[in-house]
Amino acid sequence: MNISIEELVKMIGDGAKLAVPADYSGIAMEATRALIRKGVKDLHIVGVPTSGLQSELLIGAGCVSTFESSALTLGEYNPAPRFSHAIKEKTIRLIDATRPAIHAGLQASQKGIPFMPLRGIIGSDILQHHPEWQIMDNPFSEDKDPIVVIPAIKPDIALFHAPLADRDGNVWIGRRRELMHLAQASKTTLVTVEKMVDTNLLEDETMAAGVLSSLYVGGIAHCPKGSWPLDFWYGDKEDGDHLREYKEKARTEEGFDEYLQEFVYESASS
Amino acid sequence: MTETTLKKELICFIANLLKDCNHVAVGASSPIPGAAALLAREAFGSPRHVNILGSVKNNFFTNGSQELFDCAAQGRIDAFFLGGGQIDGQANINLMGRGAYPDNTPRWPGTFGSAYLYFLIPKVILFREEHSRRVLVDRVDFISAPGVSDENIYRTGGPYGLLTNKAFFRFQKEKRNFLLESIHSNSSLEDILDNTGFEFEYSQNTPLTAAPNPQLLELLETHVVDKVKDVYPHFAQETFGIDAACS
Repeated sequence: MNISIEELVKMIGDGAKLAVPADYSGIAMEATRALIRKGVKDLHIVGVPTSGLQSELLIGAGCVSTFESSALTLGEYNPAPRFSHAIKEKTIRLIDATRPAIHAGLQASQKGIPFMPLRGIIGSDILQHHPEWQIMDNPFSEDKDPIVVIPAIKPDIALFHAPLADRDGNVWIGRRRELMHLAQASKTTLVTVEKMVDTNLLEDETMAAGVLSSLYVGGIAHCPKGSWPLDFWYGDKEDGDHLREYKEKARTEEGFDEYLQEFVYESASS
Repeated sequence: MTETTLKKELICFIANLLKDCNHVAVGASSPIPGAAALLAREAFGSPRHVNILGSVKNNFFTNGSQELFDCAAQGRIDAFFLGGGQIDGQANINLMGRGAYPDNTPRWPGTFGSAYLYFLIPKVILFREEHSRRVLVDRVDFISAPGVSDENIYRTGGPYGLLTNKAFFRFQKEKRNFLLESIHSNSSLEDILDNTGFEFEYSQNTPLTAAPNPQLLELLETHVVDKVKDVYPHFAQETFGIDAACS
């Protein structure tokens, strides 16, 4: 199960529905660069519940046909230039949600049920633009109580970066248990990790509750600093100089191509 | 007034609004509200719980933002902050973009959790430093989250007020409009009227925003600054200077 990053991204085919977490949960950036090198096409990205530089790069490199999330944000490096460009040129389809609705859709998938009701949303313009959401009446209320229902979101693959994995394919996600939901809602999960350990993570009771079992995991690649240049909650801080450089270069198509050439195509780690 | 003085005053102002809260949540890119929540906890002991999204140290959630949204739906969060590229006189907010969706120019990041949290957190403070007709508009181009809802819509939360770098408005739910409550010392009623694109209620004698309590300001600059630096390093450096931030 411990494979190279190239073998890992081989499992992400054209047209896959690929779920990725928000920047605070650990982003598999090296795998993302490998995915761009591989030339993947027509991805349907689900940003859980938002996405950042990872989707910005994939969109800029022409790997994405649908972007489904509640925001694409580069934080203090906003606005995201290639995302903005893609919207202007209409090269991607947008499915705009709100953050808890992405979680609710995944929870429905996790439970194997068709939809999940969710409060709020009624009166927001995202409701009328969303292709699937509907309003139903709360069947348990005597008074009229409209509530939005969110259909299950079933990703083909979840992809993230985590601190530890063992040789049996278990992954330690610690306090980032939202990744557990993400993985359990997806058909399979691919993970890059900072460190491989020799003992089974589930044997240690203090670690066990933060372990994603190998049942859900389709592949693990050992990839130290795999979230660079983004902040990793259990590792390095973000590389601010690099992110500023990106912001500067990605303003133009040519600058973005230069960036890809230098940091994606010519810097293959293997 | 310098820009950094104003930022510190805004932090103190917001801290005072959070005194009656038990649990305050703050978004990832909201340094002024985040600093205010940390200051209020230090100064008043309430809110007891502060969760800053994206921070590891100042965040006790072990299920990411899913736990945030579950907390909100159960009434376990008392205050939150929302902004917006556009805010209108009925407290509708637009985080999506200017112009007609989906061809917004510019397109902003997206709606985030606003279409949910605005309904469920009792004290949502709208905070946007820029006070201009570009931001404070008559009608938002896209409603990411509505300021008010019809009676039959489940809603336990909503807008409390709107704070900018020129003034503080209270939202009047029954009248569906803003009332100008106080004007910061760097501005004037004329300035507010010139730079606000929506209609609002006001009195000719609208008071000035009270200057921050000196002890609160001192606490911010001495004790809370390190915590702010932990979460918002760039902001701390710009607002408090490197030396202060390292003390």
